[in-house]
Amino acid sequence: MTTAASTGTTNKTARGDGPSPRPARVSALRRSWDKYWYAWAMVAPVAVVITVLVLYPLGYGFYQSLTNANESNVATTIGAFHRPATYDFVGLDNYWHVLSGADGDFYPRLVWTVVWTVSCVVLQVGLGMALAVLLNREMRLRGFYRAMLILPWAVPSFIGVFAWRLMLNSQYGVFNEIITAFGLPAQNWLGTPLAQKVAVIMVNVWIGIPFNMVALLGGLQSIPKELYEAAEMDGASPWQRFVNVTLPGLKPVSNTVILLGCIWTFNMFNVIYLLLGNNTTGDTDILVTFAFHKAFNGISDYAGAATYGIIILALLLAFSTFYRRNTLKSEQA
Amino acid sequence: MRRGISIAAAVTVVALTASACGGSDDDSSSKPKDPKDVSGTITYWDTSDAATEAPTYKALVKQFEAKYPKIKVNFQSVPFTDVEQKFKSAAKSGKGAPDVVRTDVGLMAEYASLGYIAPLDGTPALKDTSDFAATPLNTAKYNGKTYGVPSVTDTLGLLYNKKLLKQAGIANPPATWDEFIADAKTIKAKTGAYGTYVNPDSYFLLPLLYSNGADMADPSAKKITISDAAAVKALTTAKQINDQASMKVDFANAYQNMQAAFKNGKVAMLIQGPWSVADTLSGSAFKSDQANLGYAPVPAGAGGKAQAPTGGHNLAVYQGSGNLDASYLFTQFMTSTESQVAIAKGTGTLPTRQSAYTSEVTSDPKVAGFKSILDKTARPRVALPQVGSLFTPLQQNYVKILQGDESVKNGLDATAKEFQKLLPGYSIG
Repeated sequence: MTTAASTGTTNKTARGDGPSPRPARVSALRRSWDKYWYAWAMVAPVAVVITVLVLYPLGYGFYQSLTNANESNVATTIGAFHRPATYDFVGLDNYWHVLSGADGDFYPRLVWTVVWTVSCVVLQVGLGMALAVLLNREMRLRGFYRAMLILPWAVPSFIGVFAWRLMLNSQYGVFNEIITAFGLPAQNWLGTPLAQKVAVIMVNVWIGIPFNMVALLGGLQSIPKELYEAAEMDGASPWQRFVNVTLPGLKPVSNTVILLGCIWTFNMFNVIYLLLGNNTTGDTDILVTFAFHKAFNGISDYAGAATYGIIILALLLAFSTFYRRNTLKSEQA
Repeated sequence: MRRGISIAAAVTVVALTASACGGSDDDSSSKPKDPKDVSGTITYWDTSDAATEAPTYKALVKQFEAKYPKIKVNFQSVPFTDVEQKFKSAAKSGKGAPDVVRTDVGLMAEYASLGYIAPLDGTPALKDTSDFAATPLNTAKYNGKTYGVPSVTDTLGLLYNKKLLKQAGIANPPATWDEFIADAKTIKAKTGAYGTYVNPDSYFLLPLLYSNGADMADPSAKKITISDAAAVKALTTAKQINDQASMKVDFANAYQNMQAAFKNGKVAMLIQGPWSVADTLSGSAFKSDQANLGYAPVPAGAGGKAQAPTGGHNLAVYQGSGNLDASYLFTQFMTSTESQVAIAKGTGTLPTRQSAYTSEVTSDPKVAGFKSILDKTARPRVALPQVGSLFTPLQQNYVKILQGDESVKNGLDATAKEFQKLLPGYSIG
């Protein structure tokens, strides 16, 4: 999207000032076709695939969010069973119902989703950076440490999450075995909504650290050594070097890592769903798991789930645009 | 998620248009056939425990194929917990759906109302219906039609460790919930074992609701009854059991922990169903002494009644099956008296045909133990298509009440409000 916008601006400036008349634009298009037809031909298959796999379902989901469709009123024909569609177009009713807070679910879920995203990303990036800085210096067994720290990334996330669930088991888990061996009282690690929230954040941070560490380590290695030498010559302390050389040098990488982390965490489904199981109060559901329950528990609420889907998409789109614009500005400054 | 649904929907449209054309051709050519002439391949989704129960069902499938050599059955094990989502998405799209599916009785109304399963009245699938016990047969009915054939039935009962009760000086298992709590305290004081382990799954709350005269909803009066005085009484007792009689509940691992604690003698009494007995008997408290496991009806509530939900499984035929004739024959075979006897002997679950309770079957202590409980306390559940959805808010508020985040009354009021969203036209009262 950013590319489209920027080429738009360059075209305008290249064409010079004043509005260009229509015929000129048509002939420009034709010229571009004559000159670049092979490029268009190359792009066509991708465009078709994206249309079929992304744009059409997205459009259909948006349409459903404007109706009251659910599993019991969409058109169905199975064998001898026929049921015509009986759902209605309800306009923006679903959005109003959700955004006005009338459904009572959206704002509590949104607040927790934001808390969850921010805490996870801060901890992932912070700890990832600390480990990256540690591993960026010469030491014995560096390769071994790096490999060990990347391990959580190599384990399929659902296996990792189930292992945590076993370890956190309050009656048969290894954590309670350890602390009771030291004479401390056993804890109900997943016993209250607050404890559950702490646990899901912890597990998600554990899963997310390797990616952050590897990406930031790459960033660290691309910072020229001369900058550190110059800073040292000027008598900068290690902390000053970190703040004034490392952090600015990491910016291109860390900006991207934070953006990706926010989007992934916002929509992180399996940690919450798999770690806590079914016996929850619902307070630990983020927007995505909540939408999943709407779509898959009992009679599917297509319209409700689609509405949540579109709202999640809009939130993330707004956030990324805003974030990109801000970081671009600060990078150029 | 959203994308998944829409693609599924798109596929549905395409697939349905295709299958609709195919379907009408079949209809014109299908005439009552001689069972021996029916041929083809059908797929059967089995939800019995893949390790302990499925071999019995597989053996029956072999016998079926021997009896009808022209029909081939593709046996697929599907975990019980996944089958609802799997079957519904397959049924909608028509892709990969089974012809016959073993279905929990609680899902019948939902499947039938959505048109996924075929009415079986007048087909060969339903044979000797008068032989079926009334309660299981009722679970297969929706809007006056029969959509499934009862295969096995179950209910919840009170399983107890005889040795621990004896050690605590308790002669008979508790008959009321108050006695249940009192006995649990005695057991804890005298033996060190916990009285019980509360299962925070809301299905296991139903005996408490029923025995106090409460229920989730009353379809005939179009009323939501989950927040009335009887339900408040039931949940108050549930909270007391959790606080005073139970081992500390681990909410994320409740079912596994409660089984492990009971079968190894750390817990003396459990509200459980017959499906769990085989696992329980493998634990250290019962392995060498199977007679140590006692069976009793669930305790009675305020009104002196003891009631528990009827569970179990029916065989249902997919509406869009390409081979309905073979599916009917298969369903008939699997629910016949001989097959039910074989299933009872192989798995210890309870048959739905009265004629299947042969002396050989009832001599099994597992069957005998639950048979008398079934006769005394089993009752049907509300058969609403939305029942599956209703359990979610009840579940969440039940957990809140147990964890002490919400008072009983507030939790139930919140549940009733959620129910009202799911049951249009119902009033709370």
